[in-house]
Amino acid sequence: MDAILLQIMNGLDKGGAYALIALGLTLVFGTLGVVNFAHGALFMLGAFCAVAMNKFLSYETVVVDPTQLTPWGSPLEIRTPYVQALLGDWGKFLIDYSVPVSILLAIPVMLIISLIMERGLIRFFYKRPHADQILVTFGLAIILQEIVKQFFGANPIPQTAPSAVSGSLAITSAISYPYWRIVYFLFSLGVVAAVMAFLRFTTFGMVVRAGTQDRETVGLLGINIQRRFTIVFGLAGVVAGLAGLMYTPIVPPDYHMGMDFLVLSFVVVVVGGMGSLPGAVLAGFLLGILQSFASMNEVKSILPGIDQIIIYLVAVVILLVRPRGLMGRKGIMES
Amino acid sequence: MRNTKVRDVILLGCFAVAAVAAPLLAAPFGAGYPDLLVKFAIFGIFAVGFNILFGLTGYLSFGHAVFLGVGSYAAVWSFKLVSVNILPAVIGAILVSGLFALAIGYVSLRRSGIYFSILTLAFAQMCYNLAYSVLTPITNGETGLRVLRDDPRYLDSAVGVLGQSPSLFGLPMTGWTGYYVCAAVLVVAFAFSVAIFRSPFGMTLRAIKTNQNRMGYTGFNSRPYLLTAFVISGMYAGLAGSLMAATDPLAGAERMQWTASGEVVLMTILGGAGTLLGPVLGSGVIKYFENIFSAYNEAQLGTTLSFLPESIHDGVVKTLSLFVGEGWQLTLGLLFMVVVIFLPGGIMEGVMRVFRVKHTPPVKSLGDSAQRDIVGESVIEEMPADYGAHPAPEKALAEAKIGTTAQ
Repeated sequence: MDAILLQIMNGLDKGGAYALIALGLTLVFGTLGVVNFAHGALFMLGAFCAVAMNKFLSYETVVVDPTQLTPWGSPLEIRTPYVQALLGDWGKFLIDYSVPVSILLAIPVMLIISLIMERGLIRFFYKRPHADQILVTFGLAIILQEIVKQFFGANPIPQTAPSAVSGSLAITSAISYPYWRIVYFLFSLGVVAAVMAFLRFTTFGMVVRAGTQDRETVGLLGINIQRRFTIVFGLAGVVAGLAGLMYTPIVPPDYHMGMDFLVLSFVVVVVGGMGSLPGAVLAGFLLGILQSFASMNEVKSILPGIDQIIIYLVAVVILLVRPRGLMGRKGIMES
Repeated sequence: MRNTKVRDVILLGCFAVAAVAAPLLAAPFGAGYPDLLVKFAIFGIFAVGFNILFGLTGYLSFGHAVFLGVGSYAAVWSFKLVSVNILPAVIGAILVSGLFALAIGYVSLRRSGIYFSILTLAFAQMCYNLAYSVLTPITNGETGLRVLRDDPRYLDSAVGVLGQSPSLFGLPMTGWTGYYVCAAVLVVAFAFSVAIFRSPFGMTLRAIKTNQNRMGYTGFNSRPYLLTAFVISGMYAGLAGSLMAATDPLAGAERMQWTASGEVVLMTILGGAGTLLGPVLGSGVIKYFENIFSAYNEAQLGTTLSFLPESIHDGVVKTLSLFVGEGWQLTLGLLFMVVVIFLPGGIMEGVMRVFRVKHTPPVKSLGDSAQRDIVGESVIEEMPADYGAHPAPEKALAEAKIGTTAQ
C-alpha cells in the first residue's frame, strides 16, 4: 500500500512538469495552429534562468584572514558572496531561495524570448503545413540549446532547493518523500489553475476562447485577435519556463533536457487531445504516475524495460483506439 | 515515352560517372579522400530512401534513423555470427529493417499529418530507449556493438575463411575499395529510386500527396501504397546502416536518436524533397560541411582569418568559433531554419530557377507541388495507356496538374 502511494506521489512532480509543458503546447496549437517543436527549448531556457540567477547571486569576495590558518598552514581565505556582504542576512536568504527568486528573472526573460520568437519566426508559418512548422521550430530548438551549451557547458548543473524545504517527508520508516516535490506539485497545480482561470474568467480569456472557435468572426468584430494570440504564445512560453525553473532542484538542468521533455510532452498532448487544456493536464499527471508505476521493481521484473516505453505505448494505443485523445473534441484531427 | 527513358538513362549514366570520378571531382574541395566519400555515399542512400517516402507521399517520418540503427545492428550481428562478407550482412540488414518498417509503418500509417510524425517519433524513442536499457544483450548498450576476434562466424569457419574485418569476397571495406563498393550500391539504389519515380506506383504516391481525400473519394485505398513506400524507404535506411557498419564495424544506439532522424530530413529538404538528385546533393553538402566545420577550431580560424585588420580580427574569430568545431550543431540548426524559411524547394529548385526549366512553380512550402522534377514533368503527360486497373489515379493526376498550375 505504501509502495503504491509512493509511486503515485513520485509520479505527481513529473506529471506536473509534463502537464505544464503540454498545457503550453496545446494552447499554442489551439490558438495559433502551430506545432511548436521549440517548446521544450523554452522549458530548458527557464531552467537555465535559475542557473544564471544562482551564478549571479553567488559571486564571491575573497578576503584573506592571516590570523586564522587552514589545516594546511596557509592563511584562511574567507569567501563571502557579494550579495551577503552587501545585504547581510537578507542576502543569505536570497541565496538560499535562489530557485524561487529566479522566477522574478524568468518571467520577463521568458516573455521577451517567446514574444520575439512568435513575432520573428512563428507568425510567418501560420499558413504553412505542419511539416514546415515542425522543421523550422526543430531548427530553432537546436540553435537555442547549442547557445545554452556554449554559455553553460554540456554538464548538468545541480541546483539546491531552499533549506527550509530541502528535507524529506517521512511517510513510513522506510519511505520518505522530498518536500520540494510536493512544492513542485502544488506549484504546477497553481499555475494550471491560474492559466485556466485567466482564460475562463477574464475578458481577455474570453476573447481568446472565442478566437479559437471562430477566428474570422472575432476579427470582424473589430478585435485584434492576432495580438491576443501572440500574448497567449508569450504566456505559454512563461509557463514552460517556470516549469523548467522549478524543476531544477529535482533534476539538474543540462542543455538537452528540453528535447527529452518535449517528445514526452507531445505524447502527452496527443493522449490528452490536441487543443484540449484539461486533457493535457489530466494526461500529464496520468502519464507521470503511470511512468512511475512502471518503474517499480515488481513491474519491471515481469515486463523488463516497460518503464522506458510505457508512455509511448499508451500514446500508440490511444492514437489507434481514440485518435482525438482523452478529452479532445469530436472531429478535430481525427484522421 | 522514349524521351523520358532516354533522359533517365542519361541521368543515370552521368550519376554513375560522377560516382566513379568522385575522388577527382571532390579533390579540389579537399574532400577527395575515401572516409568522407564513403559518408557521402551512405547518407546519399539513406536520403534517397527517405525521399521515396517524404518526397513522394509527403508523409514526414521523424523516426527514420531507427531503421538505420537496426540495419547497423543486424549487419554487425551478421559479421559476428555468419561471415565477414558484407553480402549476407547487407541482405540481412535490409530484411530486418524492412520487417521493422512493416511493423512501425502498419501502425503509424493509420494516421496522417502531424500524428504520423509523432507516432514515428514515439516509436523511434521507444527503440532508442530499449536499445540502451533492456536490449543491452543484443545492442551492447552505450559501448556499442563491435566485431570481436573470437566471434563464432559459423559460415566463415565452415569454409575456412579467416580475418575479422568486413570485406566483399576479399575486397576490404576500407579505403578506396570500400568507397567503390558503397558507390556501386548508391548507383543501384539511385537507379531503383528513378524506377520508382517513373512507375505507376510512384505516380500513385504523388497523387496521394497531392490530394489524399480525393483519392479516397474515388474509392482508392491509399494505405497499402503508403505502407509499401514506407517499407521500401525503411529498407533503404537499413541498407545504409549495414554499409555504415561494414565500413566502421561498430554499431551504437546514438544512430537512432531523433536528431539523427532530423538530419536525414534536413538532407532531403536541403537538396529538394521530391526530386531525384536533390537528396544525394543535400546529404553530400551536409556531410561535407559537417566535416569541414567540425574539424576547425578557434586557433585554426585565427590563422585563416589573419588577413583581417587587427581591430576586428579577435571579435570575428570569437563569433565564428561559435559555429565551428563543437558548435557544428549550431550551424546545422541555422541551416535548418534558413532552408525551411527561404528555400523550401531546396537546392534543386534554385538550380531549376536559374536554368529556367519550364513548369517550375515557385515552391511555397516543403514539397507542396508534386511535379517539380524535370523529367517527372514529361511522365505525367505520357502516362501509359494500359495503366487502367483503377480509374482513380488518372483522375487524381488530372487534379494534381490543376493543383500545380493554380498555385
